[in-house]
Amino acid sequence: MLMITCPYCGPRSELEFHCGGEAHIARPQDPSALDHRAWAEHLFYRQNTRGVVAERWHHRHGCQRWFNALRDTASDRILETYPAGEPRPDLAREAKR
Amino acid sequence: MSQPYRLAGRGRIDVSQPLTFSFNGRRLTAFKGDTAASALLANGIHFCGRSFKYHRPRGILTAGSEEPNALLDVDRGNGRRDPNNRATVVEVTDGMTLRSQNHYPSLETDVGALNDRLSPMFAAGFYYKTFMWPKAAWTRLYEPIIRRAAGLGSAPDRPDPDRYVHHNATCDVLIVGLGPTGLAAARAAAKSGKRVIACDEQAEPGGALLHDATSTIDGLSASQWVAEAIAELDTNENVILLPRTTAFGYFNHNHIALAERVTDHLANPPSGLPRERLWQVRAGEVVIAAGSHERPLVFADNDRPGILLADAIRTYLNRYGVAPGDRTVIATSGASAYQTALDLNAAGREVRVVDLRLAEDCGAELEAAKTAGIEVFNAHTVVGASGKKRVDGLLAAPIKPDGSVGEPITLSCDCVGMSGGWTPAVHLFSQSRGKLTYDTQRDAFLPGASVQQEQSAGACNGAFALDACLREGARAGAEAVGRATDAPPLATAPTFTGFQPVRVMPSSADPAKTRAFIDFQNDVTAKDIKLAVREGFESIEHVKRYTTTGMATDQGKTSNMNALGLVAGTLSRELPKVGTTTFRLPYTPVTFGALAGQNRGDLFDPIRKTPVHAWALQRGAKFEDVGNWKRAWFFPEGRETMDEAVARECLAVRERVGLFDASTLGKIEVVGPDAAEFLNRVYTNGLKAMPVGRCRYGLMLGEDGYIMDDGVVARLADDRFHITTTTGGAPRVLAHMEDYLQTEWSDLDVFLTSTTEQWAVIAVQGPRARDVIAPFVTGADLSNGAMPHMSVRTCDVCGVEARLMRMSFTGELGYEINVPASRGLEVWEMIWAAGEPHGMCVYGTETMHVLRAERGFIIVGQDTDGTMSPDDVGLDGLVSKKKADFIGKRSLARPDLVADGRKQLVGLRTAGDAIRLDEGAQIVDEPDHPKPVPMLGHVTSSYQSAALGHPIALGVVKDGRARLGDTVHVTTAEGFTTAEIVAPIFIDAEGVRVHG
Repeated sequence: MLMITCPYCGPRSELEFHCGGEAHIARPQDPSALDHRAWAEHLFYRQNTRGVVAERWHHRHGCQRWFNALRDTASDRILETYPAGEPRPDLAREAKR
Repeated sequence: MSQPYRLAGRGRIDVSQPLTFSFNGRRLTAFKGDTAASALLANGIHFCGRSFKYHRPRGILTAGSEEPNALLDVDRGNGRRDPNNRATVVEVTDGMTLRSQNHYPSLETDVGALNDRLSPMFAAGFYYKTFMWPKAAWTRLYEPIIRRAAGLGSAPDRPDPDRYVHHNATCDVLIVGLGPTGLAAARAAAKSGKRVIACDEQAEPGGALLHDATSTIDGLSASQWVAEAIAELDTNENVILLPRTTAFGYFNHNHIALAERVTDHLANPPSGLPRERLWQVRAGEVVIAAGSHERPLVFADNDRPGILLADAIRTYLNRYGVAPGDRTVIATSGASAYQTALDLNAAGREVRVVDLRLAEDCGAELEAAKTAGIEVFNAHTVVGASGKKRVDGLLAAPIKPDGSVGEPITLSCDCVGMSGGWTPAVHLFSQSRGKLTYDTQRDAFLPGASVQQEQSAGACNGAFALDACLREGARAGAEAVGRATDAPPLATAPTFTGFQPVRVMPSSADPAKTRAFIDFQNDVTAKDIKLAVREGFESIEHVKRYTTTGMATDQGKTSNMNALGLVAGTLSRELPKVGTTTFRLPYTPVTFGALAGQNRGDLFDPIRKTPVHAWALQRGAKFEDVGNWKRAWFFPEGRETMDEAVARECLAVRERVGLFDASTLGKIEVVGPDAAEFLNRVYTNGLKAMPVGRCRYGLMLGEDGYIMDDGVVARLADDRFHITTTTGGAPRVLAHMEDYLQTEWSDLDVFLTSTTEQWAVIAVQGPRARDVIAPFVTGADLSNGAMPHMSVRTCDVCGVEARLMRMSFTGELGYEINVPASRGLEVWEMIWAAGEPHGMCVYGTETMHVLRAERGFIIVGQDTDGTMSPDDVGLDGLVSKKKADFIGKRSLARPDLVADGRKQLVGLRTAGDAIRLDEGAQIVDEPDHPKPVPMLGHVTSSYQSAALGHPIALGVVKDGRARLGDTVHVTTAEGFTTAEIVAPIFIDAEGVRVHG
């Protein structure tokens, strides 16, 4: 079971959370302006990479807040969590600092 | 004589506390501190089970949790019985009943032993090769026989009377295993003041030190040093010391599961204690000090009772004061077994040593044995054992300089101790996802680089000498708390270590006729493994499954390295190229009770009850489960059947008035300056301009355009809404709304609060509904003009502040009274009493379903299935055409949502109204069409309508709305029936009754 650090509550067990899929996919300002292909890609197409991905997580049995997490899908390690709306952290740059 | 093999004055058992127990009906004695195995051995009993496949007599092989043979049924009385307990870990309690397993009619005389004679039939993969024909015999003959023969013990036949609990814990350091390594680590870590949990699977911590009669540590005897270490840890308030606790699983992020056996060692456990406690530990750092397992030697008939692992004999001798035999032969390919020989010799027992190694390859151990006067046969192999139910001789043969095997000699004996070296217990490390590396010198897989915050130390890390274990332990404990290592405890007298790896003992006998066991519990011989390789199974994972080696409950703890080595040898490959099988949890078997914990019986799943529950129960209601809720289903009177009760309830609502508990509806309070804007984006309807005091039926879509939920939106103030959801959909809807509010529209100033449990909802429905409630309402004008259908008022009902909504899910004039849950029952009872003169009837969910279906109202999740659009269910009118955007709007224009051929909600009437259709029944045009028959759709709701006097149904049918009047065919239990497609509304199509 993962240990996930909620940016608002601190480290908690995975049991309290619900994963909401890939992060940083903004809902288009005007969906009606999109053609079918673009809308389908927004709705259904995901990166599904092996390695570090940014994911949305919801502290459903806790503070009810949505936030984002960087998770390595190969090792299942959570590298960082950050509030929704903030840009994706650049791990390489942080490592250098 | 009682306990003839007990040695006076030896061991850690408490001879002042004698116990009696029974084994297969024989009354025997033991002492407190005995395991079932040591107690049986003290009474001269080795033969205590039959093997899985061949039903061969088996004895006790080990002295620890790796035991493959001695599996017993343990009965503690009063239904506290469970099978397949390893005799080596069961602590004997007074009055305990032990039984052997896997035989009929008795252990001594077993008809299943015939299998041993037929063993050529049962070679590796026999079940894939035999029983192939005739085909019909499989289900009638072979499978029933195999099923009866399979399995070991018999499952308990009574409910488990014991209690089990779950416990969560965090610590800075978790130490797994409290032998010399773990104790040294725990002491070093505990000095820091950080929080330490230290567990050991045995009854007392100490591990190998508990049967070490010769070593000294820091000037103390091994047992004195253990006592001092335990006392130090015990008094440290930052240390939780857990004996009888097995770390059985290592998961992500240093999450480790421990099974603590709390009361099994007590004859009369205090009532307050659970039998077992499952610990879920989150550790900052883990020190694995899990030790190692001794390997058996593989030779013909190496499974005879009386043949043990050499170190197990030493354990029984020094720790339990039991000599497993009077005349023992130690057969070894390494040094450690000599200590057993020396200890037996010191205890005055006859002992001889057969060593595969040349004398010049031996170390100090050989000199020590010779000095003690022990006869040693160097460069000798073992080619067999005699004695069926108890070993009575070991056949040793010299290995000549050319490598050939000479003439065997028989060494008469009543006990054999064998040792083929040591295998580190790398299970937990492997579960932590660390990769193993093969070490040629130690012929073992050892932990490689750590993947989690973990270190392996001591024997499980390949350090077999006592001083190395103490050093590694002290270092690991210090590193785990970020301290420098103090001087480690110092051991005097070096341990005898080192061994010559051997897979199968050399023999001149025909290997095809030799039964040399590798996996004792699953009856896998060296021959079986060679056969599997010859038949083309080269991957170790395939060999494992084909031969079943390592697949028993002991998971190959004693057999793994011998099997791997033999596969490598047969394939002429290096061992690391063969690799090792996956180490899966649990490390040792865990009871279902421990895993289930408190979550059984009434606590298996939460039960939600409404404020009216007790009233309904008293009234004789039948209940149905909806999500976690118990909902009143119908209220039978007298001897009414369900159909009769529902018909009566339906007619009462249509003709007079009915009372219904709708408290389970999901409720969310939506508050804030932007609440209207927010809801306008969430629902398909136009809600922004909705006046205060009005309600609206709202439809909610997912972004994919499909119906997600429905409910009523009531506006209480400009900035305050009370919305309802389906009973099962409340958490999903709240999460959905929070998602958009927080991540897409975080600029909106809105607060969402779940209020499902805060309100009791009392629905009064029917032509006389207003007459019933009017006397109780103050602060609201109920007239049609002042409070029309779909409106909401904050007022007093029965003197309780209420949200009174005029709405209807029945098609009749109706009200839903929301009062605080704590006042729900009181208001309900007052209205119930007042309803009597009006002929009011209480009704349940079944009647609610019938009434709404008569009126054509859908149930989301019953009439929809997650692929239905508003237009599919005829609710396109609820989708605002004016709004620029709302969740799901864009998807409603997707090509597949506007294409022809979509399934649409329709009504169905069977020919002559003869039968009630089955919900879920398939609808087709041509029943005689060649298969597969094209499907048109299915029945979603079907009831007997009391008001109409005939059955009604709703269903979804391709292009259904264009096919009104068509006849279709619907599946029934017997075949097909015909039905006519009609409009999905059966009563009051104009919708006038709600305005009454």
